[in-house]
Amino acid sequence: MTQEDVLSLNGPILETREVTLRFGGLEALNSLSISVEPHRIVSMIGPNGAGKTTLLNAITGVNLPDDGDILFRGQSILGLKPFEITALGVNRTFQQTQLFSNMTVLRNVMVGMHPRTKSGFLGGVLHLPGERREEKKIKERAETLLERFELLPKADWMASHISIAEQRRLEIARAMAGEPATLLLDEPAAGLNIRETEVMGDLILRLKGEGQTVILVEHNMHLVMGISDWVIVLHHGSKIGEGRPEEVQRNRQVVEAYLGT
Amino acid sequence: MYALIIFGLPLFLRNNYHLMVLNVAALNIIVVIGLNLLMGYAGQISLGHAAFFGLGAYLSGVLTTTYGFPIWPTVILALVVTGIVAYAIGIPTLKLEGHYLVMATLGFNVIVYIVMIQLDAVTGGPSGFAGIPHFRIGDFVFNSDRKIYYLFWGISILVLLLSLNLITSRVGRAMAALSHNEIAAKCAGVDTEKYKINIFVISAVLASLAGSLYAHYITFISPGTFSFFYSLQVVTMVLVGGMGSLWGSIFGTVLLTLLPELLHAVKDYNVLIQGLILTGVLVFFPEGLFPGILEAWRKRRVVVHKRSVSPGREP
Repeated sequence: MTQEDVLSLNGPILETREVTLRFGGLEALNSLSISVEPHRIVSMIGPNGAGKTTLLNAITGVNLPDDGDILFRGQSILGLKPFEITALGVNRTFQQTQLFSNMTVLRNVMVGMHPRTKSGFLGGVLHLPGERREEKKIKERAETLLERFELLPKADWMASHISIAEQRRLEIARAMAGEPATLLLDEPAAGLNIRETEVMGDLILRLKGEGQTVILVEHNMHLVMGISDWVIVLHHGSKIGEGRPEEVQRNRQVVEAYLGT
Repeated sequence: MYALIIFGLPLFLRNNYHLMVLNVAALNIIVVIGLNLLMGYAGQISLGHAAFFGLGAYLSGVLTTTYGFPIWPTVILALVVTGIVAYAIGIPTLKLEGHYLVMATLGFNVIVYIVMIQLDAVTGGPSGFAGIPHFRIGDFVFNSDRKIYYLFWGISILVLLLSLNLITSRVGRAMAALSHNEIAAKCAGVDTEKYKINIFVISAVLASLAGSLYAHYITFISPGTFSFFYSLQVVTMVLVGGMGSLWGSIFGTVLLTLLPELLHAVKDYNVLIQGLILTGVLVFFPEGLFPGILEAWRKRRVVVHKRSVSPGREP
């Protein structure tokens, strides 16, 4: 399946067009174009410093590209602020988990529902009936999410007191609370053991089964090759190959980039 | 329980001076709760709250006394004007990450102070502004410390309750999120700039409210009350009470308002003892005195609990 085929089917949900992003003299992204079709797991691999996380930062509005365009559902999201991009339906996790560590597990997920709820200052200050109803809804939905991610028994724990694997799951639960159309996962298996990584893989597959589009940045090749529908290989900010997992594994350039020969 | 103590207390106080100190404490509580929302929930510090306090006081005082404006609507007007001024300061400074607000508010405080002194045709200059009318509702005039006590503490409890509501709401959660981890809050969909500015405006408006109440209570205002020193005092009250703990703010404010009065007996060592207490709090209870004490008490209970029963789940 070529890129043109994908476009003609139903169009990509997320696209970057010749995105260049420099940090000082360093080109972290070099005229990078990628295309992500919906309801797939698309993985980004490449050695450290290849620009994988920078790409996620560019997509989510954390870093502004110097050149190029980023489209979500065919509309440019370039220059939008992170919260606006999240509100549109792009949600992410972080390489180093960025939880609200002084909050409970439940409250972390409740914050994630922020863009899908609307009570304001007045409702909050006066606890108006509409606000109470919405709060109840937020709490119920957050609990449902925790149950799905097997975190419900720890709902009242401080986020900093649960295990790494649980923190990784919690971050995904928080992102899912925003009801994203595209979920960006930045090394969700980092710091996990083999068993926990398997659980994480099953979880991501389950999300895909529910129709979730997932962009995965991951170093664990076993995980990437096991669950991805499409793999994009980055090296020095450029795309050096892409394809189905088995195709990418046979790609000579990819193997060289990894082995450094 | 808290309200009961507050409203029962005056029955045991014969001395008007004691009531006056408590009335000032109630006003400080209003300022400090507002400032704590900013410091504890938006992660920003203002060193210009005396200026907002002063803006409220002078706007209410001058407009009602010199221009004959009705009192209550003028208080509201002062709130709105202060809110607009705070918004104008907040927009450029809070869009930047980091502590630019500190410098902006510090500068603003100095400017407001100088204007109060220099604009003596309107403000009375350094010698102050007198003859401000008392609050009244119909024929009932709030002209005694006792009447004011109920009014001020009533308002301060209301401010506390509404603020507690706010921090347990969706907006409060977003605020807490942005103060813990701004980048995560942004990516979770929180418009952090908007919330920081809104909290700053609310915080300034509460200081303005306290200022208006002060003006119509004391009926005399002078620039000295609204100097940078007061800004520092309220920041200290927030720190001692504990950032992010609204009940702690009440505790810290009452403690630091009463402390100088209690230390009158040892006049010469007053400043020294205050300094020691502040240093001690910051060294031993960096989270604030109130949360620190709560934590120590909780730990003791856990220890006792562990000795008697098998250890329970401890998050």
